Amino acid sequence: MTSRPFPTFQPKSGRRRDTTFGVSAFQINFASYDIQTPGDDPDVLVAMNPAALKVHLKDVPKGGTVIVNVDAFTDRNVARAGYTANPLEDGTLDNHITIEVEINKLTNAAVADCGVSSKEATRCKNFWALGLMCWMYNRDRQPTVDWVNTRFAKVPNIAAANIAALNAGHAYGETVELPSGVEAYVVPKANVQPGVYRAVTGTEAVAWGLVTGAHKAGLNLFLGSYPITPASALLHTLTNLKQYGVTTFQAEDEIAAVCSAIGAAYAGNLGVTSSSGPGVALKTEAIGLALVTELPLVIVNVQRGGPSTGLPTKTEQSDLNQAVFGRNADTPLPVVASCTAGDCYETAIEAVRLATKYMTPVILLTDGYLANAAEPWQIPDADDVPEFKVEFRTDPEGFHPYLRDEKTLARNWAIPGTPGLMHRIGGIEKDYDSGHISYDSANHHRMTKVRAAKIDGIADDIPEQKVALGKDKGRLAVVGWGSTFGAINQAVGRCIKGGMDVSHIHIRHIHPFPKNLGDLLAGFDKIMVPEMNNGQLVNVLRAKYLVAAESITQISGQPFKVSTLEKEIRSRVEG
Amino acid sequence: MNVETPIEALKPNDYASDQEVRWCPGCGDYAIIKGVHRTLADLQIPLEKLVFFSGIGCAARFPYYMASYGFHTIHGRAPALATGAKLANPDLDIWVVMGDGDALSIGGNHTMHAIRRNVDLNLLLFNNEIYGLTKGQYSPTSKLGTRSPSTPQGSVDSPVTALTFALGVGARFVARTFDTNQKHMPGVLKAAHAHKGASFVEIIQNCIVYNDGAFDGWTDKSVVDDNTITVEDGKPLLFGKENKKGIAKSLDGFGIRVVTVGDDGITEDDILVHDEKNKILATMLADMKQPEFPVALGVLYNNPGTAYDAAVHNQLSEIREKTPAGSLNDMLRRGRTWTVSEGS
Repeated sequence: MTSRPFPTFQPKSGRRRDTTFGVSAFQINFASYDIQTPGDDPDVLVAMNPAALKVHLKDVPKGGTVIVNVDAFTDRNVARAGYTANPLEDGTLDNHITIEVEINKLTNAAVADCGVSSKEATRCKNFWALGLMCWMYNRDRQPTVDWVNTRFAKVPNIAAANIAALNAGHAYGETVELPSGVEAYVVPKANVQPGVYRAVTGTEAVAWGLVTGAHKAGLNLFLGSYPITPASALLHTLTNLKQYGVTTFQAEDEIAAVCSAIGAAYAGNLGVTSSSGPGVALKTEAIGLALVTELPLVIVNVQRGGPSTGLPTKTEQSDLNQAVFGRNADTPLPVVASCTAGDCYETAIEAVRLATKYMTPVILLTDGYLANAAEPWQIPDADDVPEFKVEFRTDPEGFHPYLRDEKTLARNWAIPGTPGLMHRIGGIEKDYDSGHISYDSANHHRMTKVRAAKIDGIADDIPEQKVALGKDKGRLAVVGWGSTFGAINQAVGRCIKGGMDVSHIHIRHIHPFPKNLGDLLAGFDKIMVPEMNNGQLVNVLRAKYLVAAESITQISGQPFKVSTLEKEIRSRVEG
Repeated sequence: MNVETPIEALKPNDYASDQEVRWCPGCGDYAIIKGVHRTLADLQIPLEKLVFFSGIGCAARFPYYMASYGFHTIHGRAPALATGAKLANPDLDIWVVMGDGDALSIGGNHTMHAIRRNVDLNLLLFNNEIYGLTKGQYSPTSKLGTRSPSTPQGSVDSPVTALTFALGVGARFVARTFDTNQKHMPGVLKAAHAHKGASFVEIIQNCIVYNDGAFDGWTDKSVVDDNTITVEDGKPLLFGKENKKGIAKSLDGFGIRVVTVGDDGITEDDILVHDEKNKILATMLADMKQPEFPVALGVLYNNPGTAYDAAVHNQLSEIREKTPAGSLNDMLRRGRTWTVSEGS
């Protein structure tokens, strides 16, 4: 890895800071490997006042991040900058991730004990912003501290104030849990299909996918959730879609969140709960209840770094084992993983389809990177999504709650309020033929088998696994899942261009796997599985298909670098 | 097509399912389910609208013995499931059956929040002051010094008083009755049902196997008149075989005491009159314990406010009226979009 010095900035001299003529800016450009980002668009703009925003917003690509110093957005400054309305309120920033911060106030507070004048204090705000950037991009502050100490050696109070501001900005990033992904905007310039586009984050796409799914199922959507980084934004997004048949409930804890969603599903809604790994751990027992009572429930896990509290703001894909295996007893359920922000829309719809068609909890895995990173998205036509309308049981003739559809093995769904279909369900094992409590051992064996067969059968109802890039067989398959899609695809693409025999396979359906996956993998001499965890999918593949898949792991809270993957691919293709 | 079917009145037994009841012979739960059946028949609640939620414990088997809809959930979480169901369909008539471990130990958090949110649920706490299903460990309501398999030298932690807890977290309806008090129970349950919002009813229940006789000191016929007081809104707080004992203000004016009309110059004017909207009085009544005080029975507090589910649905209808939903495609195209044309 090579690294270029950080920071390098080009100050421009300025006149009046509050007019567009006097805007002074610095742009930081840094890289630790050979990036091929087209153009010099900044990913992040820190606008210290309205004039700066006016001048530089055009430089930030759609979906990029704008950090604004709200303290400077007074009516007077807004007018001086030539805006007719406050750009923070009139939709000017709709295409950007906007983070509003009281930078003046926070800087003044940070330097209060340094013995500087209020004018000098306010000047420290650039260092406050730099501290925040250091946090966002994981940069070491020490070189900056050293530079400040040299530069202001003769005025130690100014040095101290600038360092205090730098540290305060960094601490701010850490404590407000700014989402990972805000810094990670990637513009795929190639291959742009004609059509209508918008910027979308994975969070929005999941929300819209869930709403679309609920509509296609003919159900109202109930979200029971408890705030947790980085999943809270889904609660915020869905609560603003109430007009689409959405009810949201901020529960007292993670357990109540999932339980309320199960209660709502029992009463005939699409039950949804959202969280991140630690929260999903708390929901485990209730997910088992939804599974044994065979109620439709979608659990969205926006993964973050773990274990325990871990790295709440950093991304990781380390909850695959939890999703596939993390419950007591034999409790298989479908697991679907999103690979890009736009893909979150499709996977959310798929999760709803499986939950309602098969009467089962479904886990949808996204992660902090997908949830927060925006990408340009060709807006799909929701009318093209096929309907999968739920039919509640209303006929009392021959009814019992565990009567199953012969094909899907899903039990019939009769909701309270339906005359003649009163019944009792619960966590205790039920009789296959009557739905009453049963402690019979042969019946338990049979029910366990039928629950598994129901989920296994989903393999016949999902698309066969395709190769994302490259040939269907050959020297090396790079098998990924989730948000590593972009890095793997780019790395494999470059290697193919370089003449290597390598293919990219990206798995959406983690459980059950597409039924051709085993045969597909058998067509490659070598299999390499890069994951942002300590090796999870790789073990599932090994166990299921007895293949010698090799694990490539990165647990740094950062997305894979293309160059890292290229190196790994090269060593295997050539080795 | 308008075939009118004569609606036959539902009898108490119509609310019982066909399942064999498996509580221990002599369990107080038999009396409670009888009282519930009678209440429901008196109210003529349609079976299909009725849902019983429960958690885990002996009491939690309750839904299986009801002919209504029922959901036997997981330990402590019944109020959370019931909240979701009520929000999804406010027309449902939802009852939640909980034991003392269920409601006040593992599920204390959910009990608290269902109460303070004021979700329109009838929350029934079957309090036998012991863990029955797991074979006799002490519970959060067990008296100090309770010897049990997990506390062989006697428990050393103070018990929680269910109704003062409920009032403390903002309950707008609390009441108490006991299993064999069949004359009293239906009236209390009907009042709970009539209250729109979270109604918290403590039903004292004898566990014949692990805590038999725990409440005999005040529920037994021979002592019940002297050791309990059945409160009624607007009536003086009198009790005792001769109805001469009563609850009066304490001498310092900050509490209550037991007095006897005719003794020490006490007249009926000194006896407090029950006001079910007076939370301070309700809290003092809820906290009355033997032997100093009689145990208070009946509706101690009933001061309705807006139910949570009603408030949520008001907000939903307001929003849906103000901003009608467009198509799904409108949703996806909300905000800024741009068009990429052919060849660009």
